Parts: sequence; C-alpha cells; structure tokens
Amino acid sequence: MSHAEHITTRTWRKPPFIANPWLRWGLVVGFVVYAIWAVSTLPFDIERISQGFTRAARIFSGAVPPNFSRYELLIDGFLESLQIAILATLLGLALSVPIAFMAARNVAAKPIYLLGRAIIIVARSFHPVIVAILFVKAVGFGPVAGILTLTLYSIGFVAKMLAERIEEIDWGQVEALRASGTPYIGVLQFAVLPQVMPRQIGLAIYQLDSNLRASAVVGIVGAGGIGATLMNAFGRYDYDFALAITLVIIGVILISEAVSGRIRRNIG
Amino acid sequence: MLRIRNLVKRYGNGEPVLRGLDLDVPGESVVSIIGASGAGKSTLLRCINRLVEPSEGSIELNGLELTRLKREELRKARRRIGMIFQGFNLVDRLTVMENVQCGRLGYLPYWRAALRKYPAEDIERAYHLMERVGIAHYANQRADALSGGERQRVGVVRALMQQPEILLADEPTASLDPVSSRQIMELLQSLSQELSLPVLINIHNVAEAREYTQRIVGMRFGKLIFDGGPDDLDQSAMDAVYSGTPAAERQEAAAGSWRMATS
Repeated sequence: MSHAEHITTRTWRKPPFIANPWLRWGLVVGFVVYAIWAVSTLPFDIERISQGFTRAARIFSGAVPPNFSRYELLIDGFLESLQIAILATLLGLALSVPIAFMAARNVAAKPIYLLGRAIIIVARSFHPVIVAILFVKAVGFGPVAGILTLTLYSIGFVAKMLAERIEEIDWGQVEALRASGTPYIGVLQFAVLPQVMPRQIGLAIYQLDSNLRASAVVGIVGAGGIGATLMNAFGRYDYDFALAITLVIIGVILISEAVSGRIRRNIG
Repeated sequence: MLRIRNLVKRYGNGEPVLRGLDLDVPGESVVSIIGASGAGKSTLLRCINRLVEPSEGSIELNGLELTRLKREELRKARRRIGMIFQGFNLVDRLTVMENVQCGRLGYLPYWRAALRKYPAEDIERAYHLMERVGIAHYANQRADALSGGERQRVGVVRALMQQPEILLADEPTASLDPVSSRQIMELLQSLSQELSLPVLINIHNVAEAREYTQRIVGMRFGKLIFDGGPDDLDQSAMDAVYSGTPAAERQEAAAGSWRMATS
C-alpha cells in the first residue's frame, strides 16, 4: 500500500531545453509572431500561382518525350563541363592546401592564420552563381569564367575543411619531430601532412563531384559547359531538348556520386 | 654532462611547477626520475629540450647553455637531445624506415627528405640500429601496424638516429605491457653503456627504476627531495616522495603565499 503511494507521489519531467522560462516562451512567441507577419506581408497572389501551374504544365507537355537528336551538342557541352570541373578542382586543390595550412591555428603564426581565414571567408561568402556572374563580366562568356568560379568555390570548401582537420591532429607527432630539431617545413610535411592525407584525398574526390554538379549551374549564367547548352535550349523553347539535357545531367551526377562515394568509403 | 641550476618553471601567474631545481647528470649514467603525478617530472624533461620554456635558471649540456638559445640555434641544439615518449609519437601513416629517418630531419636538406633521398650512411645506420633492437624486418611496415613494444623500439631508434648526446625518456614504458616494459628498460640501460650516452627516464614503476638504473632521483612538488642508489630508496624515502597529494600541497603553498602577501 505504502509502496504504491510512494510510486504515485514522485514525478519526473525532462528538464526543458532552455532553462529560463521567459526566454523559452519569448522565443516561441517571437517566432510565431514573425512567421505570421512574414506570410501576411509577402505578396501571395493565388491567381498568378494557378496561372504559373498551367504554364508549367504546358512546358512539361512540350518537353515530353525528350529529344536526343542533337546529341553532339549535348556531348560537347558535357565534355566542356567535365574540363571545367577537373581543371577547377586541380587548381583549387593546389591553392587549398597551402591556404589550409595558413588557416590552421595550431601550425600557423597569428598574422598568417588571420590572412588564411580571411581568404577562406572571402571564398565562401558568395554562392558560386554570384561569383560566376562577376567572372563572366570580368573575363567574358565561356569556360574560363567557369574555371575561375569553381576554383574559388573549391578553395572555400576544401581549405576550410582541411584547416579544421589540421587543427585536430595528434600533436604528439609534431612534438616528437620538433624535439629532434626538424625544421618547420619538415614538421609540416612529416608530422602534419601524413595525418591529414586521407581527409585530403576524400575532400578532393568530393570536390570533383561537387564541381561537376556546380559547373552545370554556373553555365546557366554564361560560364560555359552544359549549363550554357541548357540555357540556350530554354531560350529557343526547345523544351524537349532541355529535358534530354536535364536527364543526362541527373544520370551523370548519379554516376559520379556513386563512384566518389565508393572511393571515399574505401580510403576510409 | 648535463647541468641544471636553479630551474624554475611557472605557468602564467600560478604557483611554480619547478621550484629551483638542481641536477647533475654525468656522462653514460642512467637516471630514473620518480615522483607522484603532478610533481613536475614531465615539465623537467621538457624544459631540457625546451618543448616547455623554462622561466628561470640554467641548463647546460656539455658546455652549451640551452636556456638562452634563439630559434635556429635551439633547433640545432635539439638535434643533440633525443627524446622518447610515453605515447611513442610515431608518425602512424609512415613506414618504420621513414619514421626512423625522421631522426635525421634536423641534419638533412629539406628536399632530400621530401624526395626520400636519404643518404646511404643514414640508411646503413638505420638498419644497424633496427637490427640492434630487433625491428629491421619491419622497415617497410607502417608504424601503426606494430605492437606497443615494437613501436617504442622505433621511437628509441628514431632518437638514436639523431646521434644524441643525451636521451630523455618521458614515461617510456607506461603504455606497455609488463614484458615489453622490462625489455624497453633493459634496452635503454644497455644502449646507454654501448653508446656511452646519459639517459634520463621519468618513470612511475619504482620496481623497474630500482632494477634498471644505478641512480634514482625523487621529485616532489617541483623539487628534488631524493637522490641516491636503488638501495638508498627505503620506506621513509618512498613516503617522502609519494605521500600526500600534489594538489593539496599546491593549495597549501598558494594559501601560504596569500598569507604572506596579506600579513
């Protein structure tokens, strides 16, 4: 009897995620109010949305069946995209490694570290499409703008991830080499680099995959490759050709995803 | 000959970890340093090759004052001091031979090391030393494929490749099983004699310290409080070294200096 009473008198509740009730409820109320305000001020026009659906339906019906008759154009576009992706990856990696070492707090002196971080922040601050628009303005239409864009994009990602990996290394190996009188550059090559190499290879493969995808997107704003081909097809209302291009892009990305995934798993 | 005078190490504004320590290590002697965790053993070894910057005092190795060396001079001086670590600190993803050759990186032009164009005499010396400690057949294995005892042998060979004038061993056997542990201690003892090399060993295992070294130095709270042969280390000496806790003493000392400051 008393045992049962004991059980019923004690209760337990999970401690709230945010301990302060004012802050907790304030956040909830603030979020709800903002969402209502945001929806009410945006110009949602039901009529235009429904018109848009019919237009989309027209485009899709024009696109089916996909038209592969101009496959030379398709293949040329893809080869150019591949070139852009590979060259940008190589260039990006060559620049990323030194920048990553500069941007790792544990191996770089403070001013160098700040410079390295600044380069990474600049490289990451804009979406590749915006960078591509700038480079197309600067160097004109074509693959060079694409290569420059994706190089910057690669630096932003690879250098940042590699720098973070460098900051996580086992410091004992560095200490051992420093204790033997190894010069700084030797410490970097023999104590730091071997530790971050698997990550570097994984990042390289991931970035090639990612650049291939992005090269299709930046082509849309004029930076060459399959994206340019796709944009032209849309411009001339060749929706069936556009669908063919889209399907091929999806296919290629699936393949590259599978291949890069497998390679990265195997280097572990 | 290693000569340490009035060595002080203070981290920030806290109580010093080493408090005016004096120690002489003449050539080809093996010295064990014992003491509770936190007594400052590791800091002492690391002050010698300046992985830790000493705050005050002097450290002289065969006539060279180590505490005042500038960057490049310090790097060159470090080549003369071999170090062996508790966690081995081998470069896991490199081969045993590359790890061993890391001991020569301080002497080699960078491009030769980068291209693995190691001088023939270094290769020869590496094989000779690896055969001496029984790991020559692992030359092309990756360092992380070896067992703990074998890895520590690689660490020993790497340190010897520097052709050092002294060997510092920071808990070299603490991560090893009892058998490997004794083998490494035996190895250090015999290498010291063969190469007439002074060896300083931080060690927790007092039984091994007694068995493999002729001189034992006991540290407590940043000072040497015992210095003698294995037979001199009796129960009262052991109590003096190990009783109490370093944390409590540190608090007492802090309280004492606080009292002094306010009185």
